[in-house]
Amino acid sequence: MDESGNNSIKADDPIIRIRDLVFCRGRRTILDGVSMDIQRGSIVAFMGPSGAGKTTILRLISGQLRPDEGTIEINGQLISAMSDRELKLFRRDIGVLLQDGALFTDLTVFENIATPIREHTSLPEPLVRRVVMSKLSAVGLGGTEDRMPHELSGGMARRIAFARSVVLDPDIMLYDEPLTGLDPIAVSTIRRLMRETNNALGLTSVIVTHNVNQISNLVDYCYIIASSRIAGEGAPRDLIDSSDPGVSQFMNGRVEGPIPFHYEPPGAPWRLLD
Amino acid sequence: MSKVNLENRTGVISGPVSQAGQCLLFLFRMLAGIRFSLTQIQTVMQQTYLIGARSLVIIMICGFFVGMVLSLQAINALEQFGASDQVSVLVGKSLFRELGPVLTALLFAGRAGTSITAEIGLMKATNQIEAMELMAIDPIHRIALPRFAAGLISVPLLTAMFNAMAILGSVVFSIGVMDLDSGIFWSKLQTSIYFQKDFIGGVWKSFVFGGTVSLIAVYFGYSARPTGAGVGTATTNTVVLSSVLILIFDFIMTSFLT
Ligand SMILES: Nc1ncnc2c1ncn2[C@@H]1O[C@H](COP(=O)(O)OP(=O)(O)OP(=O)(O)O)[C@@H](O)[C@H]1O
Ligand SMILES: [Mg+2]
Repeated sequence: MDESGNNSIKADDPIIRIRDLVFCRGRRTILDGVSMDIQRGSIVAFMGPSGAGKTTILRLISGQLRPDEGTIEINGQLISAMSDRELKLFRRDIGVLLQDGALFTDLTVFENIATPIREHTSLPEPLVRRVVMSKLSAVGLGGTEDRMPHELSGGMARRIAFARSVVLDPDIMLYDEPLTGLDPIAVSTIRRLMRETNNALGLTSVIVTHNVNQISNLVDYCYIIASSRIAGEGAPRDLIDSSDPGVSQFMNGRVEGPIPFHYEPPGAPWRLLD
Repeated sequence: MSKVNLENRTGVISGPVSQAGQCLLFLFRMLAGIRFSLTQIQTVMQQTYLIGARSLVIIMICGFFVGMVLSLQAINALEQFGASDQVSVLVGKSLFRELGPVLTALLFAGRAGTSITAEIGLMKATNQIEAMELMAIDPIHRIALPRFAAGLISVPLLTAMFNAMAILGSVVFSIGVMDLDSGIFWSKLQTSIYFQKDFIGGVWKSFVFGGTVSLIAVYFGYSARPTGAGVGTATTNTVVLSSVLILIFDFIMTSFLT
């Protein structure tokens, strides 16, 4: 998976560059030898079965976890070598949408979205208000600014969290399951927002998902993560028609195939005796 | 699958010692975040209001009744020596030196300490702490520090309220019910309570207790396992450990102050 195997989509100067990444939890190897180049301005999807390590890769990219082996470079900077201070500066330029939104429950919707602005800029209050309100109406939830998070539905909370994560106009957006549990209209809204923010701000987006159909015409490039490694990669259309058994199993949602459904294959302890 | 979990193997001695060490480290990390900026002062004031005001009613009610029962017991005992006019001395001394700071801190641990632990623990369980880290906001400075500072400020103020209400309770019982002379009550109180020895000593204690309870509350909340059960355990631990430490520190401080 080096320079030799490059597709046309890969120009030079990737914004995220991962090499031979290995990450273990206890004795379990979650990721084993993952390498990828993510191009500036692209929208990339990580797909794969539940528990494959998609969220784990996002956490490694955002510097919350440190790799056991291998390197992650963002804009040419090595994440694993960053001090706490550098990591903090770096995180101002990435936006993360967590799997469950994680709104601050003690703050109103308005204050939730305003928190990153207040923390990292010294904009005057009227300007803060304008930015927050414009993000709110972009996610279609203008008028909810005075509500508390517990007064929102799950989908609304996700959209507010989306607004909060893009409010500082980051360079890189990491989305963990941004579309799960949303109604079809909200899915289209968020999808359009992701595309628009990506084009307008020239940012790079990484989307974690297991729903193949929801993102197939949104993303430029897909990585399928299964069994601790990249089982397949390519443009969504190529992957759907792929002849690789693992890729085709996942894209078509078949039970039979090389990707196991069980966390540990049944009878694993006995298999060790073979 | 005989997997030995080394992380959870803590001995009788090494467990508490390493916990105490981590708690101290946590304190230093918190103190490193002191900025005296306007927003920080605002959040501390807001938390002081939330934490202090929430505990105010219970502290006042308890103070009032403690004052009454103290007077009742004191008058009962003093009457045998024909010295029931000394009641305000006994009530005042025991209040300012011991009962005020200790009981306020114990009540505060039960009322505010638990809610601080539960609140921070829940924030952790719902990934809010993680979200904050990802926004490059230090949750120790943003969440823990204002609550710690608010506790440190609230407990001495609440102790003052407790003492005032207890004196009021004593007045109501001794003068109102037992018909003691109000002039003697107040003049005995005034002449026998020493500002330095009795009053300042109590204030010192209440600062130490406030700091102890708030530190334990924020630390246990922050280090709680991010599950419902984990938050529950952490909340219980906050009450138990704070109460024990308040009483131990009270003895240590009393033996040094007097
Ligand atoms: N804190 C943790 N401690 C131990 N193991 C963990 C922890 N977090 C995740 N894991 C393990 O790491 C593996 C990968 O988890 P991860 O959250 O990355 O999966 P995922 O691909 O995001 O799954 P999903 O689609 O269900 O969100 C899982 O098998 C999980 O058991
Ligand atoms: Mg996940």
